[in-house]
Amino acid sequence: MSLADTKLIVPQLVADTAEDVISQLADKLTENGFVKDSFKAAVLTRESKFPTGLPTGAINVAIPHADAKYTNESKIAVATLAHPVKFRNMADTTQELDVSLVFMLGIHEAHGQVATLQKIMSLVQDQAHLQKLLGMTTVDDIFADVDAFLSDLKFED
Amino acid sequence: MKKILVACGAGVVTSTVAMNKLKEAFDEHHVPEDAYQIDQTSIAQVASMADNYDLVVTTTQYDGAEGTTVLNGLPFLTNIGVEPLIDKAFEVLGFQE
Repeated sequence: MSLADTKLIVPQLVADTAEDVISQLADKLTENGFVKDSFKAAVLTRESKFPTGLPTGAINVAIPHADAKYTNESKIAVATLAHPVKFRNMADTTQELDVSLVFMLGIHEAHGQVATLQKIMSLVQDQAHLQKLLGMTTVDDIFADVDAFLSDLKFED
Repeated sequence: MKKILVACGAGVVTSTVAMNKLKEAFDEHHVPEDAYQIDQTSIAQVASMADNYDLVVTTTQYDGAEGTTVLNGLPFLTNIGVEPLIDKAFEVLGFQE
């Protein structure tokens, strides 16, 4: 089963704050039953203590996530932002980054989260790929690209 | 035996990525596996554990360092600035590159 889902992809998401981005994406995961009702609060709390903005280059990325216990099924929500939104830097929480792409990780298998993260990391380290994703305006285009990229992920329990 | 502690927010996700990258770097430079031990923890536990380690690598911000060298492991997540980080880690641990 794919980690990506057309119901969890938001092109050109409009938001002013990191919390707003997180809320909108967490709502998608919650509405579709992939995470527990407590997921959104858990991600927001976690982001405030341990921000997930990554200074990946010209295009910065954020990877908000929460513990596997808040999820029902492994899924990734993806948003390209209509305009960059400030997330704090994971490694220097006093620094703010203009983030253009957000991957919200809702991973149910504890070990799977690590595999997913490594896969996402290889994506966020590829500025050309990020640029390509940012240029996509439809759910179907983004889904096809992300789904193909993540499709070789295998989970272990 | 050199002991390395890798930490992130919850001690599960990004620290695992950092740990794997560190192991890869050791392998690449032919550091024998019995020359080091890597443990993983959450950032909240670092203060009480750091004294027992030769090097601490954190992916999240950590300011409470005394004694043990603490390096920022973010380059392992972004792939930007990995070489200086590896150089520094090898220097602290006394490993040959």
